[in-house]
Amino acid sequence: MLKDITLGQYFPGTTVAHKLDPRTKILLVVLYIVALFCAKGIVGYALMALCLAVCVRISKVGIKQLVRGLKPVLFIIIFTGLLNLFFVPGETYLFEWGFLRISLEGLRNAIFMVLRIMLLIMGTFLMTYTTSPISLTDGLERLMNGLKRFRVPVHELAMMMSIALRFIPTLIEETDKIMSAQKARGADFESGNIIQKAKALIPILVPLFISAFRRADELATAMECRCYHGGEGRTKLHVLKYERRDYIALTIGVLVLAAVLVLRYFGI
Amino acid sequence: MSAIIETKELRFAYPADEGGDPVFALRGVDLEIEKGSFVVVLGHNGSGKSTLAKTFNAVLLPAGGKVYVEGMDTLDEKLLLAIRQRVGMVFQNPDNQIVANVVEEDVAFAPENLGVPTEEIRRRVDDALKAVGMYDFVTHAPHLLSGGQKQRIAIAGVIAMEPECIVLDEATAMLDPVGRREVLSTVHRLNKEKGITVILITHHMNEAEEADRVVVMDDGKVAMDGTPKEVFTRIDELRSMGLTTPDTVDLLDRLQKDGWHVPLDALTVEECADAIAAAAKN
Amino acid sequence: MEPILQIKNLTHTYGVGTPFQRSAVEDMSFDVYEGEFLGIIGHTGSGKSTLIQHLNGLLKPTAGQVLLGGRDIWADPKKIRDVRFRVGLVFQYPEYQLFEETVYKDIAFGPTNQGKTGDELDRCVREAARLVGIRDDQLDKSPFELSGGQKRRVALAGVLAMEPEVLVLDEPTAGLDPAGRENLMANIRDYHRNKHKTIILVSHSMDEIAQNVDRILVLKSAHVLMSGAPAEVFARAEELLTAGLDVPQVTRIAMTLKARGLDIDPAVYTVEALEKQLQALRKDGAVC
Repeated sequence: MLKDITLGQYFPGTTVAHKLDPRTKILLVVLYIVALFCAKGIVGYALMALCLAVCVRISKVGIKQLVRGLKPVLFIIIFTGLLNLFFVPGETYLFEWGFLRISLEGLRNAIFMVLRIMLLIMGTFLMTYTTSPISLTDGLERLMNGLKRFRVPVHELAMMMSIALRFIPTLIEETDKIMSAQKARGADFESGNIIQKAKALIPILVPLFISAFRRADELATAMECRCYHGGEGRTKLHVLKYERRDYIALTIGVLVLAAVLVLRYFGI
Repeated sequence: MSAIIETKELRFAYPADEGGDPVFALRGVDLEIEKGSFVVVLGHNGSGKSTLAKTFNAVLLPAGGKVYVEGMDTLDEKLLLAIRQRVGMVFQNPDNQIVANVVEEDVAFAPENLGVPTEEIRRRVDDALKAVGMYDFVTHAPHLLSGGQKQRIAIAGVIAMEPECIVLDEATAMLDPVGRREVLSTVHRLNKEKGITVILITHHMNEAEEADRVVVMDDGKVAMDGTPKEVFTRIDELRSMGLTTPDTVDLLDRLQKDGWHVPLDALTVEECADAIAAAAKN
Repeated sequence: MEPILQIKNLTHTYGVGTPFQRSAVEDMSFDVYEGEFLGIIGHTGSGKSTLIQHLNGLLKPTAGQVLLGGRDIWADPKKIRDVRFRVGLVFQYPEYQLFEETVYKDIAFGPTNQGKTGDELDRCVREAARLVGIRDDQLDKSPFELSGGQKRRVALAGVLAMEPEVLVLDEPTAGLDPAGRENLMANIRDYHRNKHKTIILVSHSMDEIAQNVDRILVLKSAHVLMSGAPAEVFARAEELLTAGLDVPQVTRIAMTLKARGLDIDPAVYTVEALEKQLQALRKDGAVC
């Protein structure tokens, strides 16, 4: 059941989208998000959607997988959509019923808002689908390297993140196991009101936390035994290097952002 | 041959619960582990065998006495990395010692920490994975492997440091028989082919059959020390320490008491059957 | 004897419709009789874990049925919890499921879910604790203060306190030292002897299975490979070995002796039995 979670899952592949330097991909996603929030009119949104479609095509990640990624946030999307639909005041009302009314502007806002969130999520997911978590953290660490000067513990943060990613499947499996064990003792997670349901989680959460702490403790010892002593003097198995394709990709990214800004100026 | 690890009057105590006395887990252990040997340390839970193992690479520091690794005192903080690079550890739970979510990245972890140059790390990772027979899994995710495979990855992660000695702290306890065999044959091969000293901590008697030496711990002290044949024939002592003997020795002991002329020290199934067959045909 | 559990053409397929589709249990059928001590052995991946989670309705069959006392346990899915009280399942490393402040409360979790209260609850908890050798003064302690072996006993008591008709144990002695293993098995044997309840023991250890159970079920790649009394199963030791399974060390000695030309029946699995055979051989004067 819990195993179906696809959040941040990586689909290995050999396409250009997979081969790009993780730093490039992170920067591209940043550019993409900025562009998305700058887009104003229908042409701007169409351009962004086109960009995403091209990237998806290149990456060979199935569109189904991307859409599935939207499922966990479906509620937020619908909620935002409805909020905009009903509560954005406007001049011309298309529909009125009691306090519910839909204005033309509201409809427009709702569509764009929903579109924006969906594009945002699918774009970010495309990155996580094509980049292994470890190279993602690696990329982040390298990008933020400059912050070390300001005493930001960049290496430690990156290490924490990659260990967290490493332990997600282990802890999910463990949760499943504990749940089954408590169910075997007659625990009931399905019925009852919200308070009863929350209380029913205690038999899962307590063992899960205890086990997480024990794992953390053992992992720390194991890491020390393998000579871990912080980021100082550390070398890497995989060293990141910008290739020609990275420069090309970044140039395209900047051009798209520029195009969106121009479109925004014209209000389309 | 020279010693890789030497303990002198080694004592260790775990901090006490509130108000209680500290619990001594080691009460004066004198041991010398020879370079290139295969040593099995046996003992029931709480005998001090795991504590002893953890003092070998300065995870735990002596409360009294000394531990030397190739002559280096484990109490000397400056030598910490040098000691840990020479004595690698593999622990019980395979899930809690794998750091990365790609096999090769995990094996590379120790050399990365040691500041080994990139090309050299690549070579070490490939060599280590080949040595444990896991080269085909270079880019796999560790959490999808079996218990035995995970432990072999952990062993590869240790070998990549190019250590002199590997300590397996109950590394087979959570494995099924297949996984246990995988791990055992791997460390036996490393011992024979690469001359790596192996110290195997376990409570499975049959894992000691092929060892050069068996050390039995009881109540924080070395209770027995000798070849498997010497140790396993001391049946009554072993039982009094909460350990069992292999069924082979048990059977030979019973037959001896029945008046058969059989030796006690035929440990393996083959040896035991040969001894009984010989006595029977006489 | 009446079968208490009947497994009929049970199949469980994971990941239906995906490229990872695979059957962990395939068309399995067997009966478990009232009061018997049944051992299940097989490799990791032979389908053991999937199988036992069907016995108390944690998993739902893809095809086939599980009958408890003659009734399909999924006849009324709303009553599946009742099945879990009647078939108690103790998972591997059960000590990791403890969560309450005291040992007593933790053992009481199952019976409380069952609806037991007051004196009856108290009786169940204390009796279960006694069965696994937990002392009265330990009941008020936090379970996390206990040693590993004792934690496991508490977890076992937590299932026994539901007074199940069938007790399923998945690798109850995994990770324990020889003395701990023997003590726990002795408790389980006593429970079986005194309560006459059905026990299903899943284990990797042929020796442990051989020394405790009335009947063995050998699983191999999602199917039942063989079943029968220990002597019957170990009489087919060659087959077990080809299937990549262990046989008890004693059986291997006996097999080797037979290969060396001694008149030995290799279907033995205890040191005593082999000793007896050898002594008999000597008395006959054939050898020695």
